[in-house]
Amino acid sequence: MKRNARFATAAVGVAALATVAGCSSGSSTTPSASAVPTLTGNCAQYQAYAGHSGSTVTMFGSILSPESDSLNKSWADFQSCTGITIQYTGSNTFESDLPVKVNGGNAPNLAIIPQPGLLAQMVATGTVKKPPAGTVANEANWNAAWKGYGSVNGTFYAAPMSANMKTMVWYSPKYFAANGYTVPTTWADLMALSAKMASKMTGTAKPWCAGLGSGTATGWPGTDWLEEVVLGTFGGQVYDDWISHKVKFSDPQIQTAMQTVAGWLQNPAWVNGGIGNVQTIATTTFQDAGLPILKDQCGMLQQASFYEAQWPKGTTVSATGDVFAFKLPAVNPSITNPVEGGGEFVTAFADDPATQAVQNYLSSPQWADSRIKVAPGWVSANEKVDQSLYTDPIDQLSAEYLADPTATFRFDASDAMPAAVGSGAEWKAMVDWFGSGKSIKDVAAEIDAAWPAS
Amino acid sequence: MTTAYVALASSTLGQAASTLFGVVEAVGGFIAILLIVFFVAGRATGRLQRPIAIVVCLGPALFLVLLGLVIPAITTINNSLKNQQFLGELNTKYIGLKNYTYAFTDPYTQQTIIRTVLWLLIVPALAVFVGLLVALLVDRMRYASIPKTMVFLPTAISFVGASVIWSYVYNYKAPSLPQTGLLSEVVMKLGWSNPPNWLITVPLNTFLEMVIMVWIQAGFAMVILGAALKGIPDEIIESARLDGASGIKLFRTVQIPMIRTTLVVVVTTVMITTLKVFDIVFTINNGNFDTDVLARQMYADMFVTNQVSRGSALAVILFLAVTPLVYYNIRTLRREREIR
Repeated sequence: MKRNARFATAAVGVAALATVAGCSSGSSTTPSASAVPTLTGNCAQYQAYAGHSGSTVTMFGSILSPESDSLNKSWADFQSCTGITIQYTGSNTFESDLPVKVNGGNAPNLAIIPQPGLLAQMVATGTVKKPPAGTVANEANWNAAWKGYGSVNGTFYAAPMSANMKTMVWYSPKYFAANGYTVPTTWADLMALSAKMASKMTGTAKPWCAGLGSGTATGWPGTDWLEEVVLGTFGGQVYDDWISHKVKFSDPQIQTAMQTVAGWLQNPAWVNGGIGNVQTIATTTFQDAGLPILKDQCGMLQQASFYEAQWPKGTTVSATGDVFAFKLPAVNPSITNPVEGGGEFVTAFADDPATQAVQNYLSSPQWADSRIKVAPGWVSANEKVDQSLYTDPIDQLSAEYLADPTATFRFDASDAMPAAVGSGAEWKAMVDWFGSGKSIKDVAAEIDAAWPAS
Repeated sequence: MTTAYVALASSTLGQAASTLFGVVEAVGGFIAILLIVFFVAGRATGRLQRPIAIVVCLGPALFLVLLGLVIPAITTINNSLKNQQFLGELNTKYIGLKNYTYAFTDPYTQQTIIRTVLWLLIVPALAVFVGLLVALLVDRMRYASIPKTMVFLPTAISFVGASVIWSYVYNYKAPSLPQTGLLSEVVMKLGWSNPPNWLITVPLNTFLEMVIMVWIQAGFAMVILGAALKGIPDEIIESARLDGASGIKLFRTVQIPMIRTTLVVVVTTVMITTLKVFDIVFTINNGNFDTDVLARQMYADMFVTNQVSRGSALAVILFLAVTPLVYYNIRTLRREREIR
């Protein structure tokens, strides 16, 4: 009898352990199906996602605090209403961590992938799950190009989350006003303005400043300059063919684009404002590159919308303030509104109902609105988003172009190319091109040679 | 909103608790298994005693060596024979030694290998030279501990920390601007009005990066060689002096042969460290501007561009290059022990 009692206690202990393990384990655990509860009051709007209370969905991404705090806040109401817990983990080495996790059988339920190239790699491992019908339906809210970047070999896998605009030029409205310069709207105007500035500037002041430095990712700003010129000169088709390597870097069209970049940002009379000669572009970090604008040492900086975070405290960002941005005009005026941008894609490695509910919610305009309300510095390319919610002038500017259905939107090409090129050879080639004065022909040959043979 | 925060906080706490619980569980389990094994082994008698003792004593070490060294080595060698472009098993096949042929025929990788060899030849020589020089000069000095500490201090700094410090020293600003780099400022004060952009001037930049390695390793060489010099019996030095040997002659014919074994160990140890140099090149220039070395290119292939197989091939080459040095090092140490 005593023996039996002891056995029973042990059994209870084991059961308790199992329960603890069940609650704390990362994978989603859906309680036994019961009638879907009816949500009322403020929670009524989440009715579509109800019925999975008690489940946990793990999410992995490259977004770190404080931005990840804003994410957590944006879905706090969703969590308390539906009872689904979203467990977000961020890593600054996300791109190398994710393949390791997936390969080790430890994939998160959802991953927020910023590169279509990485998404394609993940799909090739055979572990990515197709999105539920709700997410697919929401896809109509995006510019058609976005759906393409969330697809691999024609199959749609991941819905876009946030978006940023790369086709921007930062400048000082105060400096422009003091010198009687106006914001250029065509490429010809931009070049004329640069020449005019160069003739008036003295000492180390130059019309443009730029920097390629970015730690292990050194070189990426250069790929952006080339991408914008390719898109703005030849349009979307050539750009897409360039990503798939149907158009090589040695192709006359890309060579022309590289010549345009060289005439613009390797022109000794035009760069590198407040920093030094052309070569210094290769050693200046992209974060520091634009700061001479504040000291009237540099006229303009081509950098994405997220450069806003680099301005020091106390800088007013507005159309009449210390700094502001305008859209980089198309090199070829016949290309309508070319916009290059980046963004993230919500990729699922699980297909249980709770994960799919979160996936559906994150692809809805409702969630995007909720995220915009939390903090500025975040833009969605979702065309259904309430544009009046944006409070920050740069967010408003980016959203205007990103959610414009007539824009020729394209994703950052280097992020969509195979990693060996997009995060390897092309970065290196850009550094060589600006830093060592390598010829355009050699730079192109170097990148083409690194393209992985399939 | 507050409830959400509480929920968030409690879930984080829950995660932490479960992680802690997991760690305690794992460690506890491990200890329990060990205790059981030792208990059983202690009970064993007779014919089985010896084999069991061997297994119990050798087992854990063998297990760890297998887990941490042998299995990863086999996996890496296996990977280096495939065409893997990223960590996915689809479309992966064996392509023989193609990754090795690539490593030795690709102009970029060839340069990387040549540069690594240069590092291997120059850095240990310079580090040992500087270390030996300092050790000799301060040997019988009054306040020897002060210069010794100064030279030894860099050894305590991490490679990344040292690289960051030196990247400030090598910082470049246009000559008309206020200088922030120590090197530029000094040479400009000395009359060189237009110094180069140090870190992107090829091949100067590679040598400037080697200086950092020498700066770190010289202290190590100094301490070991200094101790060896002190270990030479005074009588030998004295009798050598009586025989008329002094200065360089004493050093060359008496002191160096007396510390030869230590010298070899120091040189090979610095060589092994140099062969694996990664942090300095990675931090200063990320291998750009013709400064890449084997270890950095291997890392980039493996984890940045996901060309796992090419990276594995480089890892194997690096491994094969280190092996004879390690072997030589161990052999010298063994021989010395036998003499004693």
